[in-house]
Amino acid sequence: MLSIKLRVAVALTGLAVACAADAQQREAAPSKKAAAQSKKAGAGAPKSAITAEFEKFREVMEDASPAELFEARGEDLWKTKRGPKNASLEQCDLGLGPGVLKGAYVRMPRYFADADQVMDVERRIVHCMVTLQGFKAEDLARQPFSDDSRTPDPVSLVTYVAGQSRGMKIEVPQKHPKEREAYDVGRAIFNFRAGAWDFSCASCHSEDGKRIRTQDLPNLTSKEQAIAAFQGWPGYRMTGGFMHTLQWRMNDCFRQQRFPEPGYVSETISDLMTYMGVNANGHLYKGPGIKR
Amino acid sequence: MNLTKASMLGAAALAIAFTASADDDRGKAAALMKRDFHAKGIAGMDRLNEDGLQAVCNRSQNQPPKEIAGRLERDQLESVRYPADGKFLGDWKSGESVAQNGRGMTWSDGGSGANGGSCYNCHQIGPVETSFGTIGNSLFQFGKIRGYGPDVQKYVYGKIYNAKAFNLCSTMPRFGHTGTLTEKQIKDLVALLLDPNSPVNK
Repeated sequence: MLSIKLRVAVALTGLAVACAADAQQREAAPSKKAAAQSKKAGAGAPKSAITAEFEKFREVMEDASPAELFEARGEDLWKTKRGPKNASLEQCDLGLGPGVLKGAYVRMPRYFADADQVMDVERRIVHCMVTLQGFKAEDLARQPFSDDSRTPDPVSLVTYVAGQSRGMKIEVPQKHPKEREAYDVGRAIFNFRAGAWDFSCASCHSEDGKRIRTQDLPNLTSKEQAIAAFQGWPGYRMTGGFMHTLQWRMNDCFRQQRFPEPGYVSETISDLMTYMGVNANGHLYKGPGIKR
Repeated sequence: MNLTKASMLGAAALAIAFTASADDDRGKAAALMKRDFHAKGIAGMDRLNEDGLQAVCNRSQNQPPKEIAGRLERDQLESVRYPADGKFLGDWKSGESVAQNGRGMTWSDGGSGANGGSCYNCHQIGPVETSFGTIGNSLFQFGKIRGYGPDVQKYVYGKIYNAKAFNLCSTMPRFGHTGTLTEKQIKDLVALLLDPNSPVNK
């Protein structure tokens, strides 16, 4: 614990220095040279100092990530008898048999015969909390994302399950017809433009080397970069200091897409995650991580 | 010409050109989203209904046949409402604030208070702001390069009002057409790009 805190402190100091430098750079009157440089900037602009510094920060942190605290909490939640049925989740089948966790995360979303549906990890865990433990789906959906006051149980559980696939190859299955359909429909959702600003997921995530402000945008249609939809998730997000899963990421993307809100652990999200997950197949998953 | 009618015509013509399976997937996607989403704040469920233009872009992977694109772009251009006073140039300083402001039209925006243009999210604009996106092209030195004349002013006003009038499936939102920005805000943005005194042109 102490070593984690120490590393956080050291890394944060480095980040703070970089942020200050970045702010100074912004406030400084533009010199001719700077103007000429920024004139040339554009699609091929180099990463900002802040992005580069964050990447260094992430490297230091990933050895002893705050995500591990949530993995530990998730493990407790998984093994403890809870809910109206006073049961643990140890009989929950994540696709490789009841209670088999190793490699389950990197093989989801997948088809589950008992539900006759393709489910991503969080959707499946919520399904198990409902069927095995007797929790109510609508209660779990009420405030599903981490905020100042709480980290919802499914977030910690997903983090625990994800940690059991650390270092493993991503192999999201496409054997069952419904898994292939989820991929195709997921791709169609990804490309569906609508709403007040005519945006789809593809508006920001279908070209290489693009940014919003200083935030790099992965091209999720490409095999090389689709890994970004997997790597670092679930992630401890430095902005706000919360643990978030991909359910949150999808939700907040739709908010910025100027769409209405997708249902928590809905089929829409499972389909999108199938599309991005299959695109990322073959990459190595490093486990729960850190996000800016 | 009636916008919707023209768009529907285009969409109908296109529907023939694309594979049944892609149409099928898109139909399933649209139905699924309507089932799975709910209205939140100012973001109503009507936002999941494609308008004619979105339908054409969605059905053609954003590359509609030239003839259809041309006709629909003309429809969009005809719907641009230019300032009644004939003046396009506002105040570049206010324009910089509109360009910086990324709020507006999401479910977490209250609907009160001015929307922003989110311009820096995608474009390099002024020389001081280094936190700019690269989805759009750089607009630095825009007036210096493109000229300051009334034609350029009218073009920039129209482009911000409705980017689709010039490139049907452009990634850029239609800021005037959708009521995101007011006439004054758009004039201020035109000034940010085209006032010779704006830092963009220094």
